[in-house]
Amino acid sequence: MNPFSTHAPRSLRGVIWMAVAVVVAAGGLAAASLLPEGNPLHASAFVVSLAGKYLSYAMLALAVDLVWGFAGILTLGHAAFFALGGYAMGMYLMREIGARGVYGNASLPDFMIFLSWKNLPWYWWGSEHFAWAAVLVVAVPGLLAGVFGWLAFRSRVSGVYLSIITQALTYALMLAFFQNGLGFGGNNGLTDFKDILGADLHAPHTRAVLLVVTGLLLAASLLAARFVVGSRFGNLLVAVRDAESRTRFLGYRPEQAKLLVWVFSAMIAGLGGALYVTQVGIINPGEFAPANSIESVIWVAVGGRGTLCGAVLGAILVNLGKTLFTAWLPEFWLYGLGLLFICTTLFLPNGLMGLWRHVRKAPPEEVTPEVADTQGDEA
Amino acid sequence: MHKLRTTCLLAALWLGAMVLPGHGARADAFADLASPQLGAVTAAISTLAASDDPQAGAVLQALGERNLFAAPDGSVYIRHGENYIDARTGQPAASVPEGLKPIRLNNRIRTALAGAQAGRDLLAPQPATRLRAADALYARHDPAMLAVVEHALAVEKDAAVRTRLTEVRAATILGQPPAPDALQPRLDAVRALGAVGGAQARGILAGVAQSDAEAPAVRHEAQQAVSRIDWHLRAWGVAQNAFYGLSYGSVLLLAATGLAITFGVMGVINMAHGEMMMIGAYVTWMVQQAIRATIPALEPVAIVVAIPVAFLVCGALGIVIERGLIRFLYGRPLETLLATWGLSLILQQAVRSIFGPTNIAVQTPGWLSGSVAVGGMDITLNRLAILVFAGLVLGGLMLVLRRTSLGLQMRAVTQNRRMAALMGIRTPRVDALAFGLGAGLAGLAGVAVSQIDNVSPNLGQSYIIDSFMVVVFGGVGNLWGTLAAALALGMGGKVLEPTIGAVSAKIAILVLVILYIQRHPRGMFPVRGRGVES
Repeated sequence: MNPFSTHAPRSLRGVIWMAVAVVVAAGGLAAASLLPEGNPLHASAFVVSLAGKYLSYAMLALAVDLVWGFAGILTLGHAAFFALGGYAMGMYLMREIGARGVYGNASLPDFMIFLSWKNLPWYWWGSEHFAWAAVLVVAVPGLLAGVFGWLAFRSRVSGVYLSIITQALTYALMLAFFQNGLGFGGNNGLTDFKDILGADLHAPHTRAVLLVVTGLLLAASLLAARFVVGSRFGNLLVAVRDAESRTRFLGYRPEQAKLLVWVFSAMIAGLGGALYVTQVGIINPGEFAPANSIESVIWVAVGGRGTLCGAVLGAILVNLGKTLFTAWLPEFWLYGLGLLFICTTLFLPNGLMGLWRHVRKAPPEEVTPEVADTQGDEA
Repeated sequence: MHKLRTTCLLAALWLGAMVLPGHGARADAFADLASPQLGAVTAAISTLAASDDPQAGAVLQALGERNLFAAPDGSVYIRHGENYIDARTGQPAASVPEGLKPIRLNNRIRTALAGAQAGRDLLAPQPATRLRAADALYARHDPAMLAVVEHALAVEKDAAVRTRLTEVRAATILGQPPAPDALQPRLDAVRALGAVGGAQARGILAGVAQSDAEAPAVRHEAQQAVSRIDWHLRAWGVAQNAFYGLSYGSVLLLAATGLAITFGVMGVINMAHGEMMMIGAYVTWMVQQAIRATIPALEPVAIVVAIPVAFLVCGALGIVIERGLIRFLYGRPLETLLATWGLSLILQQAVRSIFGPTNIAVQTPGWLSGSVAVGGMDITLNRLAILVFAGLVLGGLMLVLRRTSLGLQMRAVTQNRRMAALMGIRTPRVDALAFGLGAGLAGLAGVAVSQIDNVSPNLGQSYIIDSFMVVVFGGVGNLWGTLAAALALGMGGKVLEPTIGAVSAKIAILVLVILYIQRHPRGMFPVRGRGVES
């Protein structure tokens, strides 16, 4: 079978529809939140921040799908990039508190005074400028992904080995961020934010704008991802995913392709993390927990691996389910999540998008790269 | 005073007691107990402790219990409920003088009393009591007790107590201010303490070495002794760390062997492996409870009974999982990883629902608790037992892999699945059994871990990442690799720990393994063969 023939997931129309839907939904919800309290269509602050959270998670899912669905790299540590982006934004929000903290120090965040630090560590320099924070949000995850990916792909670490070391990466970061000495608030992380760009973070207008911005950035990421996977480079990625050795023998450089998409994906994840922090109001080392990364993989699997829309859809649906489940039957959420993992892999290997296509009698999408891979391994 | 002494003498004679040397001093001692000067009181206590007056013990005890009363005329009484006893004679007092006041206690007096008690214990009939008393005196090395210690040394027969007393004597001598004419005893004392070693002796010797009042020869000797002790302490510290490292490595080994087997044979990382360990620990607890309820006499060996039970329960569970879940995901190792992760969530929550989210108390039997001191290090018995257990499990596993037909088939499938199948090996059966074996080994690890760690539904989570690291570090399908990786990671962590802290050591190890994998993508001992190269 020619691996280059698998174009199905990248139908442009679907992605555009999805992007429009995301923006319209975010805009609608934002508008609803500005209606007066008595209005039946009024959306509470809780709903708005929840929606913002889902959309940020959708960006993480998109990032995971880019590497897992199109390059065959099962990452179990992508939440690390998400959290790093979140911390970069959190640093700015922390500085924005200024002298309104508990200790009233204009230049040092509260936790540093608590640890009786005298000066800002060097990596906090410039964090009072939003523009610099915005650079860090994508640069830090991108840089870490670049170094990690360069080392890993160059030496052809792949398959389960790669999955395990991505997990070790996020685990190591979690341990590090839990330490007070690192200068990121230790256990408590960064929180108690007040303003963003001078606007009150708790005001309904700010929240509405943030939600719309998140929707727009998600839509933009979706289109950018579509552009990447729809290009010749995207074809190369799928080739690497389905038959890495063959692609290499044809004269391509799989490690470069993987590295590029890996860094791009980490940047999207970092952006998602930054948006997450502004709307959820806290970032702590728990975000680095390996379980979070694995959960983000299941969002993609539920939605449909290798379909960009599926990743977004899966993230929103699974998190909606989680919210409802933990409110109604908190005891049973882990059973539900566990079953979701098992049933999706067993019965729904192409996710909801695959199901949708099956119902519409469209030709099934080819997303069984491991078969090809392991056969390649063993032949 | 004269009157007192006479009274006392008369009383002693009246009691038919021998006239002892120091008798007069003792008479003073009784009165001094009520003295307003602390020095006099403590001296009196020491004198009484060193005497063999039959009343001394009772008086000191009464003092400690605040039952000792003094009258303004210097007579001392012990209160017994409502009645008073004359402290000197031990006879009930017919009448009590006016103005009787309890003798106050303060910290210095309490310390002196404790020392006095130890001094009396030095003459106790049981060697164990004497040794304990010597230990207490060694820690205090009170100059006032020197006479007591020397007296005890003169009559001591037991060799161990003698050694200890010699050390106490040395420490006590050094505790006294130096006298210019008595150089030799101090030199001897320094040498004796230097030979004992340990942190306490080092503290005393360091004090001597830095004291300006000390003669240069003594200081020099003390300095040398300190550096000798330091060297010993460092060496034993390294040995102790090595033991911790070995012990942690053996836990990792137990946790990782099962994982390595499933990974090697099926190429599947079983994310529910940690939960298998957790279930093994819960099985241990249940076996203990069951044995306690039915045959309490067998409780000490419940842990031994739990070993095969945990292996069988987890092994059976593993086979069920393989037949019911994994086999539908053949050829999709990454998705198997997700499915087993889902399974691990369900198992965790199930155990949480059944047994509750909190830690359960798995008993450590008496023969596994405590520790033995080997030189300057402590070997805790449960960790030693786990070390031995891990060795036995590894040995058993080697035998299974090398000497049984199942082992042969597993090795064949590890090396080249397709070729093995062509040779007539029923690979699905091998997969099921390998998965069961891996799960059973996790159960064994659970039994071991239950002895050193908290048993809660989260137990598996805390070991899983470390076990993964061991497996990928060691390389697939090679038990020697797993062994080397487990010991290397365990030792590495514990060696780094003292210098950079436990968490940083863990981070450093993770980063080192990640970097190592970049250089050697298939671990330390990759399986060589046509099958595994892509």
